[in-house]
Amino acid sequence: MSDITKYLRKQRLPHILCPGCGHGIVMNALLRAIDRAGLDQDKTAVVSGIGCSGRIPAYLDFNTLHTTHGRALAYATGLKLYRPDLTVIVLMGDGDASAIGGNHLIHAARRNIDLVAVVMNNSNYGMTSGQYSPLTPTARITTTSPYGNIEQPFDLAQLVQAAGASYVARSTTYHVQSLITYLEKAIKKKGFAFVEAVAQCPTYFGRKNKLGAGAEMLERFKTLAVDVKRAATLSPEERKGKIVIGEFADRAVPEYTERYGELIARLKAKDAHAVAGE
Amino acid sequence: MLQVKGAQASPDREEAVLLQGNEACVEGALAAGLDFFAGYPITPSSEIAELLAARLPRRGGKFIQMEDEIASIAAVIGAALGGAQAMTATSGPGFSLKQENIGFAAMAEVPCVIVDSQRVGPSTGMPTSPAQGDLMQARWGSHGDRPVVAYYPASVAETYRLAIRAFATAERLRLPVILLLDEVISHMRERVTLKPPAENELPKRRQIQAATAAGALNDYPVYRADAEEQVPFLPDFGRGYRFHVTGLTHDEKGFPTENRVIAGALHQRLVEKVRKVQDELAQAEVTGADPAETLVVAAGGVARSAQVAVEDLRRAGYSIALFRPITIWPFPEKAWQSRVAAARRVVVVEMNMGQLYYVVDRLTKRAPVELCNQVNGELITPEQIVSFIKG
Repeated sequence: MSDITKYLRKQRLPHILCPGCGHGIVMNALLRAIDRAGLDQDKTAVVSGIGCSGRIPAYLDFNTLHTTHGRALAYATGLKLYRPDLTVIVLMGDGDASAIGGNHLIHAARRNIDLVAVVMNNSNYGMTSGQYSPLTPTARITTTSPYGNIEQPFDLAQLVQAAGASYVARSTTYHVQSLITYLEKAIKKKGFAFVEAVAQCPTYFGRKNKLGAGAEMLERFKTLAVDVKRAATLSPEERKGKIVIGEFADRAVPEYTERYGELIARLKAKDAHAVAGE
Repeated sequence: MLQVKGAQASPDREEAVLLQGNEACVEGALAAGLDFFAGYPITPSSEIAELLAARLPRRGGKFIQMEDEIASIAAVIGAALGGAQAMTATSGPGFSLKQENIGFAAMAEVPCVIVDSQRVGPSTGMPTSPAQGDLMQARWGSHGDRPVVAYYPASVAETYRLAIRAFATAERLRLPVILLLDEVISHMRERVTLKPPAENELPKRRQIQAATAAGALNDYPVYRADAEEQVPFLPDFGRGYRFHVTGLTHDEKGFPTENRVIAGALHQRLVEKVRKVQDELAQAEVTGADPAETLVVAAGGVARSAQVAVEDLRRAGYSIALFRPITIWPFPEKAWQSRVAAARRVVVVEMNMGQLYYVVDRLTKRAPVELCNQVNGELITPEQIVSFIKG
């Protein structure tokens, strides 16, 4: 394995993430995946929204863009459409991607634009000190669900798959090797490639729900994780509370910027023909 | 190094054509080198998106209809960072939705153009009827203080010219520039000559000199401003300079900071770069008597009615002139001061509850300022203005 610290802006360290936070593990996994995929730093852009995850691009030595809350995919769509030569990786938090940015998420998947979308799901809004998000499990305690969350969470992997993405996978910060593999596949995949990384937030979500420190939360992921193939054999009752991990979709779907390139080529040929025929 | 982007984009024929304001806006944007548009359907601006959906891919540019107004401005900023000459177009409700990201473009110094064709508001209002209620939204719509340049044409021909200028100013000052239209200007048809812009009218993107040694590229202070103009030379993404862009208050390398000195200097510079050139940017057209006892102030669609009213009143013996701001922000204060000194009466004609009035009243010390306004979806007629002035 080569030295992944070459992808870090070392002068920006130390980072602002809390002790025990899972986001550092995701960042580490992402850099290993980038290294395996052999990306050119000058030709790679990392775009983020707002939140704990949003601060990560500043530490990474690529073309980096820290946008507004929820809008990372919309910024990335403009950049990728104008510059298809760039690999564009989008880092989002669970609130960022599924609440304020939910519309952009389903439409980026529907267009199947060639972006790598990574959702760091720590089940709450960490940056604003632990409010519930659309991915907070029912009954969980957060600062805005002090009596237990009465809403049901999204299953983002199902949602993004249904919306039309090329590639959909989920892993956790415990299952680092599969997380690296999924991220590498997502980078190499043509089309909208989505990876949800279930991550621990010991500072807020863990503390409020008495789940222990970072290491104990990681242990929990190990216990709760069920592979997607095995999950299919379980009854809804047995699946309750589990984290379904694995690959949900890996398919060939026409990609948006390629189709746009084809449109330009088709119109050029048509116009050239029209001129020739004059 | 200044890179001319629009040179090959000029219309190749210079002849008189009959065009709608929205069409002229498209022609001007293309002449300026527009190669990216993201938008969302909204009346009365939709023709701009429709025309660009047809025109842009034919010339290798990109058009995308995004899922909402917020996504449209976000995609425009993303493309602009990749090097695009980018634009979005909307109307009042969509302009409101875009405000947060317009602030981002101001903070991150990303050049782009936002067209707002005004209709009656607040809220959904009267979608197909004209109003001028977004003047203050253009100035103050996004939170915090930010530099603003907003142009407001009063004819189809001027829409073409100002669309070009909007891009040139956006690139020169590295900021989002607002092109205000209204339903009257957007939809009226006039004869216009599409004169290709001269070299010095075209937008030029500021680019870092390729002098920096290879090893130093990823730590280059991309937000260090040019000493004279106070504008940085940001490179495009993916051209060998790896840097960070954020909406957070940042240092010269683009990284977030809470250093009070750096923060204060950044916020000062962002406003200063426009203030430095405001007398040159801020333009007005004055027609009629000079000096004039009565000064009529009107912009955009309603300036056409005001023009007719002023001509009628001059024929009737009035000492009267029309002061028409072409640049709404910054307001052409210098031009105003040079004409208002002799005025005994000022009448602001506008299709809102007194937004331009507020500005003019503040800048007028001696003469009384009166408001001749109407917000009912009807363009104010010359007759209404004449009878208001005659009293």
